[in-house]
Amino acid sequence: MLRVDLDKRRTGFSLKVAFEAPTPGVVALFGRSGCGKSTTIDLIAGLLEPDTGRVEVDGTRLVDTAGGVSVKAEARRVGYVFQDSRLFPHRSVEGNLRYGQKRARGVEQRISFDDIVSLLGLGCLLQRRPNQLSGGERQRVALGRALLSQPRLLLLDEPLASLDAARREEVFPYLEALRDRLSIPMIFVSHQFDEVLRLATHVVVLSEGKVAAQGSPAEISLAPALRSIVGPDAVGAVVDGVITAVDDEKKLAELRLAGGTLRVSVRDISGARDAADVVGSRVRVQLLARDVILATEAPRGLSVRNAIEGVVDEITADDGDAALVRVDIGGATVLSRVTSAAVDALQLRRGMPLWVLVKAVSLRGHAFTARASSPAS
Amino acid sequence: MPSLLSPAEIDALRLSLEIAARSVLWSLPLAVFVAWALTRTSFPGRTLVDAFVHLPLVLPPVAVGYVLLLVFGLNAPFGRWLYDSFGMQLAFTKAGAALATAVMTFPLLVRAIRIALEGVDSGLEAAARTLGAGPFDRFATITLPLMLPGILAGAVTAFAAALGEFGAIITFVSNIPGETRTLPLALYTAIQSPDGDAMALRLAGLSFILGLGGLVLSEILARGVRRRLGR
Repeated sequence: MLRVDLDKRRTGFSLKVAFEAPTPGVVALFGRSGCGKSTTIDLIAGLLEPDTGRVEVDGTRLVDTAGGVSVKAEARRVGYVFQDSRLFPHRSVEGNLRYGQKRARGVEQRISFDDIVSLLGLGCLLQRRPNQLSGGERQRVALGRALLSQPRLLLLDEPLASLDAARREEVFPYLEALRDRLSIPMIFVSHQFDEVLRLATHVVVLSEGKVAAQGSPAEISLAPALRSIVGPDAVGAVVDGVITAVDDEKKLAELRLAGGTLRVSVRDISGARDAADVVGSRVRVQLLARDVILATEAPRGLSVRNAIEGVVDEITADDGDAALVRVDIGGATVLSRVTSAAVDALQLRRGMPLWVLVKAVSLRGHAFTARASSPAS
Repeated sequence: MPSLLSPAEIDALRLSLEIAARSVLWSLPLAVFVAWALTRTSFPGRTLVDAFVHLPLVLPPVAVGYVLLLVFGLNAPFGRWLYDSFGMQLAFTKAGAALATAVMTFPLLVRAIRIALEGVDSGLEAAARTLGAGPFDRFATITLPLMLPGILAGAVTAFAAALGEFGAIITFVSNIPGETRTLPLALYTAIQSPDGDAMALRLAGLSFILGLGGLVLSEILARGVRRRLGR
C-alpha cells in the first residue's frame, strides 16, 4: 500500500494532498501546470520537507512529522525520473546507469544491469556521452538509471513532456513494459489525460494544491472535476474489458465489458504486438462523449459496429446548448454528449432504456498485461 | 638560458614561479570552499564575507601589505606567537611573500571557481541525491569533476597574476635578493639602478611572455570545460 498525506505552505501557494493506492500500481498525479504535482513528488522524494504529513510505502515510513521520522532523500530509495532527464554529462551512459546501482549495494538487487539494458534497449548506447543522445534515448537512460538504484518507489515527473509526439511513442512502450513486468510502485505526473489513461491504475486529480478527485481511471473519467481540466471535447467514460475474440480478417477485436461487447480495431490497440497476441489481454478504452450516439430503438441498417443496451442514469447540462447523459450499461457507465434539443425530442429521462452506439474506428484501446488492476476485474 | 639571463635574473624568475605556485596551491582549497559556501549556502553575513573576500581587488596593494605586517610582523602579538610557538616567521621571508600573493590573488581565484560552480546545474546534485549519494559523495563525484576544468582555468589565471604581484610583497616582506626579490621587484630594482636598462628590458619582456602564456593557457582550459560539458 502507498499512503501519502502531505501539507506544505509557501508564500502564495498551499498544498494539501492525501491519497492511498494499492501497490504495485501506477498512480497518476493529473492536473494543470502549477497545481502542485511536481511539489508533491519532490516532497515524496525528500527533496522538499513537508510542514506536516506522512509518506508510507509498503509499511516503510519515509517521512512522518508526527512520529518524528524524516529519512534523507539519499536514503529513501525512491527513484526519480526528471522531466529534463538530468544525466551526468561527464559520465558515459554506462557510468550514469551504474551510479545509482553502486550506491544500492546493501539492498537486494532485484533489477539487474543486463535486464535493464535489454528491457530499455540501451545496448548500443552504453559507451556514448549524454550529449550524443536523442531526447527519447536520454529519458530511457534516465529511467534505467533510476531503476538500477533498486527503488522501492519510482517517481516520474512528466517524463515525456520534453519530447515531440514521435519520440513520445518511442518511449511510451517502455513505460508500459515497466508497469507490466516490474513490480515497482510508480507515481507518474502528467497533464495529458491520454498518458494517464494508458498508464495509470489509480488517478489523483489535483487542482490548486488540493485533491479535486481520485479513483480508478473509469471513476475519474466520470468526475466533473476532470471536465474543467481537459475541456468538454476530451470528456468520455473509460471502460476496462477483456479481448475475447478477433474476427477472421484479424481486423476487429471483441472487447467484453461488464455490460456488453465493443468492437475495436486491432490496429488501434496500443501495447498489443499482433492480432493473435491480443486475445485474452485486458484493454482499456475511452468512449469520448461526443462520439457516443443514443437511440431509443434497436438500430438497423447503420454502419455503426457497436450497439449496447443501457438505461439513462442522469442528465446534466453541459457547455452551451448541450447535455451530458450518463448511461448505465450494466456494471459500467458511458457518457454521451447530445444537444438539449435531442434530449427534448427523444424525451430522455432518468430510468429510460436505450441503445448506446459507438463507431469502432473512434475507439483507441490501451492493452494492459500482467499487472493491470482494473475495477472491472 | 645562461647566455640570455644573468644569475640574478634567473634567481628572480625561479623565485617568482615558486612563490606564485605556493600561493595558488595553498589558497586553492580555501577558495573552493569559500566559492561553494557563497554559491550553494545561505548564512547570515554572506554579503559581508563576499565583500571582504573581494577587498584586495580594490584596496591599494601597499595597504594590504601593511595590514599583513601589522598582523604577522614579529612585533605584532600574533606574529610573535607564531614565531615563539612554531618557529614560523612570515615577515621578510619567502613564505610571507607567498601569503601576501595569495591574499592579493584570492578574489580572482574565488571568482573563477564561482563561475565554474554556477555552471554546474544543481539539478544534477538533486538527481545524484535521489540515486543514494550523500553530500560529500555528491560533491566528489558530480560537482567537483564538473567544475574541475573551471578551477584549473582559474588557478592558471591566478598564477599568472601572482607572478606580477608587487605592492603587497615589497611592503610585507621587503626586497631581499634570493628570498623575496621576485620578477617585478627585480625589475623595479633594475630601473632604479643607473646601468640597469638592459636588465629591465629583459625582465619586462619575460613578464610579458609569462603573463600572455598564462592567459592563453587559461582560455584553452576554459574551452575544455565547455567541450566537456557538451555545450
